[in-house]
Amino acid sequence: MRPDPQKSPSLAITVLVSVGCHPLTGRGRRADQDARGVELARALPLAEVRLLHAGVLDAGSDAALRGYLGMGFDALTLIEQPESSDVVPALAEVLADHPPTLVIAGTRAERGEASGLLPYLLAERLGWPLVAAVAEVEGVEGGVATLLQALPRGQRRRLQVRLPAILTVDSAAPAPRQSAFGPARRGQLAVHEVGEAVPDAELVEWVEQPARKRPKRLKIVKAASARDRFKAAAAKAEGGSGQVLDGVTPEQGAEAILKLLKEEGVLRR
Amino acid sequence: MLDTLLPILIFSALALAVIGAMRRIRLWRQGRPSPVPILQGLAAMPRRYVVDLHHVVARDKVMSNTHVATAGGFVAAAVLMILVHGLGLAQGVLGWALLAASAVMFVGSLFVARRRRNPPARLSKGPWMRLPKSLMAFSLSVFLITLPAVGVLPQDAGSWILAVALAAVLAWGLGEMVFGMTWGGPMKHAFAGALHLAFHRRPERFSTKAGGKGRSTGLKALDLDSPQAKLGVEMPSDFTWNQLLGFDACVQCGRCEAVCPAFAAGQPLNPKKLIQDMVVGLAGGSDAHYAGSPYPGKPVGEHAGGPHGPIVAREGKALVDAETLWSCTTCRACVEECPMMIEHVDAIVDMRRFLTLEHGNTPNKGAEVLDNLIATDNPGGFDPGSRLHWAADLNLPRMADLGQVDVLLWLGDGVFDMRNQRTLRALVKVLRAAEVDFAVLGDEERDSGDVARRLGDEATFQSLARRNIATLAKYRFQRIVTCDPHSFHVLCNEYRELGGPGGDAHYTVLHHSTFIAELYAAGQLHFTPWKGGAVTYHDPCYLGRYNGEYEAPREVLRALGITVTEMARSGFRSRCCGGGGGAPLTDIPGERRIPDMRMDDVRETGAELVAVGCPQCTAMLEGVVEAAEVRDIAELVADALVILPVKMAKGQGRAGQARVEELAS
Ligand code: SF4
Ligand code: SF4
Repeated sequence: MRPDPQKSPSLAITVLVSVGCHPLTGRGRRADQDARGVELARALPLAEVRLLHAGVLDAGSDAALRGYLGMGFDALTLIEQPESSDVVPALAEVLADHPPTLVIAGTRAERGEASGLLPYLLAERLGWPLVAAVAEVEGVEGGVATLLQALPRGQRRRLQVRLPAILTVDSAAPAPRQSAFGPARRGQLAVHEVGEAVPDAELVEWVEQPARKRPKRLKIVKAASARDRFKAAAAKAEGGSGQVLDGVTPEQGAEAILKLLKEEGVLRR
Repeated sequence: MLDTLLPILIFSALALAVIGAMRRIRLWRQGRPSPVPILQGLAAMPRRYVVDLHHVVARDKVMSNTHVATAGGFVAAAVLMILVHGLGLAQGVLGWALLAASAVMFVGSLFVARRRRNPPARLSKGPWMRLPKSLMAFSLSVFLITLPAVGVLPQDAGSWILAVALAAVLAWGLGEMVFGMTWGGPMKHAFAGALHLAFHRRPERFSTKAGGKGRSTGLKALDLDSPQAKLGVEMPSDFTWNQLLGFDACVQCGRCEAVCPAFAAGQPLNPKKLIQDMVVGLAGGSDAHYAGSPYPGKPVGEHAGGPHGPIVAREGKALVDAETLWSCTTCRACVEECPMMIEHVDAIVDMRRFLTLEHGNTPNKGAEVLDNLIATDNPGGFDPGSRLHWAADLNLPRMADLGQVDVLLWLGDGVFDMRNQRTLRALVKVLRAAEVDFAVLGDEERDSGDVARRLGDEATFQSLARRNIATLAKYRFQRIVTCDPHSFHVLCNEYRELGGPGGDAHYTVLHHSTFIAELYAAGQLHFTPWKGGAVTYHDPCYLGRYNGEYEAPREVLRALGITVTEMARSGFRSRCCGGGGGAPLTDIPGERRIPDMRMDDVRETGAELVAVGCPQCTAMLEGVVEAAEVRDIAELVADALVILPVKMAKGQGRAGQARVEELAS
């Protein structure tokens, strides 16, 4: 699994994978963005891809994690962690022990906190650069990777980043390949021991409750013909009423944001 | 001189044939084990040949008589020849019988020769072209050689040159007929075919003296219990030995090719070539010697493989390309037509299973649909809690509230499709008019697993099936009625192996047309006579060929006062609409579209409306530009309903509506 940098020209990639959750049924599955990360890694020539997951192992997560194995892997490295532990130290420990050249992760998890902060916390801890919303890795040469970063409305930006680095992918990355039942069932979840699990002190203080439906901005289209309706639907989101605050105090900034939120009906009261 | 030469010739041919047979049997035994009752099978073989096989062959009367004469003549002649010339028992009736047998065989071979003069495209050429000559050589030389033996000609008639010449011709005949039978010539079909009939993997498909219905169309379950086992068929040797034997029995008659909708559409599939490719794989080699129509768009000679090599390569070429396997609509037209009772669909699904379960290579929309089925229990990825949204105004009785009814109405995934919702509404209206005590499962229903199974995802199929079976087991009802022949087939035939009906459960499954026909016959439905134009009926594959229901839909149409103008291909020869087997999902390009060809069939009859009995057929046929009108049988029935006043007065909850109400729109 571990590449020897002296001998092999191969590219060691670790993909961080999590247990996903289907948006309609809530069933466990391979998380969509993480699976796209795996696909991105698999598509690179000479890549040696290792899958890494930190979390609880039970029947549900086992089935979901096997979804990644079904993409053509013999094993997945699993750091078992009790419920509500902070997985960042554990992941950082494993990554620091055998540093890969690239770490790829989804932008945010499909369950739990799903704050999207994990890659950033890891990057901070390891002192590695992080590039978000990567759509393609164009090449790796001399310790530098050339990336295409996805921007809104299909635009792409070419970036170069010094390795090792952490990349995150969102739904702009190529769709993951099908997960095959046979390899998924046969693959191994290889448990990797790390030091003491660190409980997530903040998380335990939080109270979880089902999400409320967020208010949706109604877009009222006054159109006489189908053509107008189509134009309205296809039109770019207009900024227009945006406002740039420059040289204001944090309090003034917060005031302005609060005012906007109230105007838009996001905050009532 | 012939007296010494003949026994030598005959017995050496027989000895060589035995060696060849051993070699051939060894090839078959490369396959996976599959236990069969050997003696019982051998005992059943003659009946299977005479009744079941000839039932298929007899669809072509000339060919059937030709085959009876040639094959019957040959078998008799061969046995008698051993007795007469091999053991020298020429005296009396045996010699005369041999003369008669070889004469009959000769007449048969003349017909074979005539057929080969201008052979239709579906027949293979190559070595098959020399077969009539070989048949004649055998029958003629046996006849001539037997003449002196019975004393018609003197023992030493003609010169020894003539005798040697005759012996040479006989050697040729023997070579083809006896030696070639087991060493891979065209006559191999007789040897392999006879054993294939005896050891068929689906003995249930043959009729029995007791009057068994002789149908076996459900796919066989894949054993998912051992995690290390390879799933599906990767290499020819992964087929069971009797499947391999079955492939080897193919006579290359091309009847399957002639009816295959994918072949006709120019998609890269030809069932005959597929079976021949399996024969190539069985022995090892390339398809260069294949002398029939190729897969459309794929030249012959570029594919090769062996018994322990992959059938489909991950990259590049092996024995068969994946798109060949994914072109099949599982319509079973080929199986229905095959005189050798070969099971093409089983083989195709076996190979698809490997591609899906081991490679994860279901093409195009296939993979997405499978993911949806896993996550949401329906192919479209809709919220499973919204299965009854279409019927919000219908107030459908739910099984969960009632617990026990007469009829469980299985709605199918058509609940998410706006076109099919019209059919479902019509069906509900009919059931209410007939005062049927029914209920639906609602959100408890899941996809039947049909499409997952045909796409090779046996794991998802079994998961859906087991959960559906468990749900069904919670409630009490006598029958399941559904307007979807795919659900019908799966519920009726494929759940059995997993504990469904026929296994532990006690209910029957009916297609809505069968149920409506029954309601009408019982006087529970009354119709206004049909006033529209000409109507034709399209037999859905999964209702007709899979389940033998050709009559009920026609009965219902007759009851409506409709005279069906039949299409040239109807009943068991119905042409597929292109919607089965996940084919619209895998979407392998061809030159034409299958539904377009079917709509041409409809147009040929001059019908303005085509009646269907399947949501898939409706979708496919309505997708044709400038199509005839497509209506489900349930819709036609609902439109013609007459509610009688007596009934209205009786009907609970409908008091006060005592008026003749014609519900036709
Ligand atoms: S598979 Fe059957 S129908 Fe097709 S060519 Fe062979 S024998 Fe004929
Ligand atoms: S099942 Fe239908 S589509 Fe498939 S090979 Fe047979 S005839 Fe062709």
